[in-house]
Amino acid sequence: MTGFVVNGRRVEVETSARPLLDVLRLDLGLTGTKEGCGEGECGACSVLIGDRVVNSCLVPLCQVEGEEVTTVEGLSSGRELSSLQRAFVERGAAQCGICTPGFLLAAESLLRRNGAPTLEEVRVALAGNLCRCTGYVKIYEAVLGASRGEAP
Amino acid sequence: MTALRAVVARDLGDAVETLATGDPDVRVVAGGTDVMVAVQAGTFRGRALLDIWRLPEPRGVRLEGGVLAIGALESYTDLQRDPLVRAHLPSLVAAAATIGGVQIQNRGTLGGNLANASPAGDTLPVLLALDAEVECVSRSGTRRLSVHDFFVGYRRTALRPDELLVRILVPIPAGERLLFRKVGTRAANAISKVVLAACVRVRDGALESIRIGAGSLAPTPIRLPRTEALLRGRRLDPALADEAGLSVAAEVRPIDDVRSTAAYRRRAAGNILRRWLLELAAA
Amino acid sequence: MPRLDGIEKVTGRARYVDDLVLPGMWFGRTIRSRHRHARLVEIRRDPSLGWSRLVFIEASDVPGENVLALLEDDQPVLARGVIRHVAEPVALVAAPTPEEAEEAAARITVVEEPLPAVLTVEEALASRVLLHGEDNVFKRIEVKKGDVETAFGRADLVVEGEYATGPQEQLYIEPQGMIAEPRPDGGVVVRGSMQCPYYVHRALKRALGLPDEKVVVVQTTTGGGFGGKEEYPSMIAAHAALLARKAGRPVKIVYDRHEDLLATTKRHPSRVRHRTALLRDGSLLGMDVDLTLDGGAYATLSPVVLSRATLHAAGPYRCENVRIRSRVVATNHPPHGAFRGFGAPQALFALELHVTKIARTLGADPVELRRRWAMREGDTTATGQVLRWSVAAHEVLDAAVGRYRSRATPPPPPPKKRGVGVSLYLHGAGFTGSGEERLKGRAAVEARDGRFRVLAASTEIGQGTRTIFAQIAADALGVPLEAIDLEEPDTSRVPDSGPTVASRTCMVVGAVIAAAAEDLRGALARFGEGKGLASRDPRELAAAHFRERGALRVDRTYASPAGVRFDEATYTGDAYPVYGWGCNVAEVDVDTDTGEVAITRFVAAADAGRAIHPALVEGQVEGGALQGIGWATVEGVTYENGRVREDRMATAIVPTTLDAPSIETVLVEKPYPHGPFGAKGIGELPIDGPAPAIASALFDAIGALVPEIPLTPEKVLRAIEGTSG
Repeated sequence: MTGFVVNGRRVEVETSARPLLDVLRLDLGLTGTKEGCGEGECGACSVLIGDRVVNSCLVPLCQVEGEEVTTVEGLSSGRELSSLQRAFVERGAAQCGICTPGFLLAAESLLRRNGAPTLEEVRVALAGNLCRCTGYVKIYEAVLGASRGEAP
Repeated sequence: MTALRAVVARDLGDAVETLATGDPDVRVVAGGTDVMVAVQAGTFRGRALLDIWRLPEPRGVRLEGGVLAIGALESYTDLQRDPLVRAHLPSLVAAAATIGGVQIQNRGTLGGNLANASPAGDTLPVLLALDAEVECVSRSGTRRLSVHDFFVGYRRTALRPDELLVRILVPIPAGERLLFRKVGTRAANAISKVVLAACVRVRDGALESIRIGAGSLAPTPIRLPRTEALLRGRRLDPALADEAGLSVAAEVRPIDDVRSTAAYRRRAAGNILRRWLLELAAA
Repeated sequence: MPRLDGIEKVTGRARYVDDLVLPGMWFGRTIRSRHRHARLVEIRRDPSLGWSRLVFIEASDVPGENVLALLEDDQPVLARGVIRHVAEPVALVAAPTPEEAEEAAARITVVEEPLPAVLTVEEALASRVLLHGEDNVFKRIEVKKGDVETAFGRADLVVEGEYATGPQEQLYIEPQGMIAEPRPDGGVVVRGSMQCPYYVHRALKRALGLPDEKVVVVQTTTGGGFGGKEEYPSMIAAHAALLARKAGRPVKIVYDRHEDLLATTKRHPSRVRHRTALLRDGSLLGMDVDLTLDGGAYATLSPVVLSRATLHAAGPYRCENVRIRSRVVATNHPPHGAFRGFGAPQALFALELHVTKIARTLGADPVELRRRWAMREGDTTATGQVLRWSVAAHEVLDAAVGRYRSRATPPPPPPKKRGVGVSLYLHGAGFTGSGEERLKGRAAVEARDGRFRVLAASTEIGQGTRTIFAQIAADALGVPLEAIDLEEPDTSRVPDSGPTVASRTCMVVGAVIAAAAEDLRGALARFGEGKGLASRDPRELAAAHFRERGALRVDRTYASPAGVRFDEATYTGDAYPVYGWGCNVAEVDVDTDTGEVAITRFVAAADAGRAIHPALVEGQVEGGALQGIGWATVEGVTYENGRVREDRMATAIVPTTLDAPSIETVLVEKPYPHGPFGAKGIGELPIDGPAPAIASALFDAIGALVPEIPLTPEKVLRAIEGTSG
């Protein structure tokens, strides 16, 4: 068995090289993590392992043994949105929403390491996530706004 | 269809023992950024993955004499953050920063880039220009070989089936300029149309030495020995830069594919080297 | 005000089609052709597989008509007899798991006998191989105004140019998918990712031979559309429904990215020739435009795309003598279809780059030339439409150029060269010509116990439909937003508001909702007065009405503004009730060593009539602009023997954060008297202008015109080397 922690909850799944994405969505019912391409190009399946963001479609399950995995479902505590989630809502950074969980986790990873990023640092940190709706502008505003603790 | 089986190696000895069984259906996976793409696309050939991600041995960066020994499992993110790599190998840092996005850089490894042996692998021209060596371990022991001997054909390496690539040994450049340039299909998350890396020593306005690594310009990552020979010892001036550009275009062996054309690759590669030499001449 | 669906989307609670699991659900796969044009000889199934445990469907199993109902009935639900493009659906399988379905699909061999193919527009027009009618032309249009021959006779000079655009992939991040569930009465419920529930409804009725009430179509949260989920969802819905009815259980079909890229529709490639008659002083005497689109293997929406392309070909300029001849032809490419802009971006790319060329030929300032030619209220378009209201060409031009000139950055050192380009354009809002009159879009507002419900079939695909509808209804009713509920787009519950396309949702359906809400408010007020109630609060009146007489619902149907008329026989009259206006300024740094084009600044001025929700409008402008920028720079879809080469996300390139400039948006408001609160359509306008602005900037930088997008480093370097000898 492969044991790991998802959003604070300990789980065990039969060891295999199945993509972590499938285990999250199909076995654990965590469908907030999306599949956009299955080949690590779009970032829709981004989750955190520890503090680092990864494409869960490319991580074989066996590699998360003992790790802490965070998905979009783990960003808010109870019904309370995180400041990043709030900023995304308030700034209109989510349009169709399919890429949003991935962007949130890439941004979360950035802010855990760098609490006051520049615009250029935000762009670099989000370059592995594709959004087709927003032109990215409102996503930058949300991440920068959340990092500054600004009200919109 | 059953799920792809995982064999998790605890340590290097364990991994090497598994490889020694010679089972062709067992394939090594490190960060998964190439292997899992094939698994997802249904093009993976094999029944099990030997997972070496957690091996303690092929990790870290150490200074050993004049050589930087880089663990094969160092990720592109690790390389960009490592103080020794940043201090001594800026071209490797630059190459690592152009691969995929953050998600890929967090999982993809230097050893993986070598073992995958794509002609477009972005760190490979850098390692060629640096005259790096790779260290491979098997039950019968450890062997070192030059990266120049490592790429033996299109996506084929000199690594034996029972061997694991564990370290990359890079002689630390002293007084040499390291250059890197990639033209990709877009600004990030892109496979290269052209990659060029160089290690150059200039003295008194002349090129004392130059080594050039090239990617996406031949079936394997290559050095450009004819162009290097043409340049060695020559005085840096615009005419030499023009000559070098033409030489590169003549020396490389690119193809037309979904990402670019052979004609473009020749031209762009020549122009990049030409520009470097013009800038060195002006400096 | 935050958008209403924001919280569910940032928490992962929003449920997209692939997130849904129905009890006993099976998984469907589509078996597709390999050839671009072939005789379909046989579909062979490997006898060693236990087919009795699975469900298999081929053309002969289609119970209704084997057609995908759209404009023409030329496209089958499953190919029969002949294959007309690569990846055409031939057969279907369903199995208890995705793996078993995939395994079964791999055991089916489609035997095809190749036929001579048509792979270019030139081959189509040569008609040696006939795919459609007698000449491979799906539709032809001619627009005439004034006397073009005389105008060219009077000209001091004639500027000519030929421009081309390639196919473009929508690349919504959620691949297409549907789940069909059979009903005990023989009917079917289909849920999935789509823009147009009633298109799917109509297609299912035809293919399954079912009456209205036995087909229910429900839109699930949809991860982007951009036109790509306008027509193709009907195909997947029909496939899922066929499998589900035979299996007697729910069947899900969700495409993986590879299948989606290979099989679904892309933007029409175009080739446009311009001849322009001018006086030396820059007077515009006449325009002669010849436009051809590659429609692909079936008609899909091509005739309407051609119509919009044709109607935008003369752009935002006043010209007394215009001739536009256009056609869309059949080839053996997968069918091209709807994509944001719908033909207008192709026509405007050619026109606006040509205007830049004219300015350079005349030695005129490209901004001043456009300012001089730009239409004003009272001017007449190529179809003879007198623009009676809401013309903002000068306003958007001034706004964009003003913003661009408000600051400057130092030019880059060699080998880079800087250039600046501008584009001015318009986009007809709502359906082309008499479309809205024919369609008669409906919507309703219903008062219940103190709350109000909006009933419309328009879908939320990210653009903010639900938020805007709630805002419009709340404003018209005079109640807070919290009092508004929105019915799900479910054909058993909402009236047919028409498809969610053509920048019509806010302007057309929004106007119907506003009218219905106003009527409802009036009816409640009369009820309150009749009862002698003191309250004027519509919520309290609604509650009182609900207690006494139940819910009160007002249905309204769209009516075009008085005097708006279009003649489809002669292509004259009011092509659109109103236009949105846009202007882009692009600044590029071109690396002359590598041909890489970096967009260093990008200004987008857009006129939405009235921005009901400015953040949502900005979102449309920024997103549309980046799709246009991508189309101009990195988004090249190509065919190899009729097959899409960019068939994976790794090769189907779109801009990342590092490719995208920080788009500087300027909203301009020139109200439209017949839109809700003055609003006009804004969904498509922003994609029309970026490509010619960038190509013009490149021209400015390197002194060579590259007439074909995408402006890849390969093309740009060739152009640079051509100029330097």
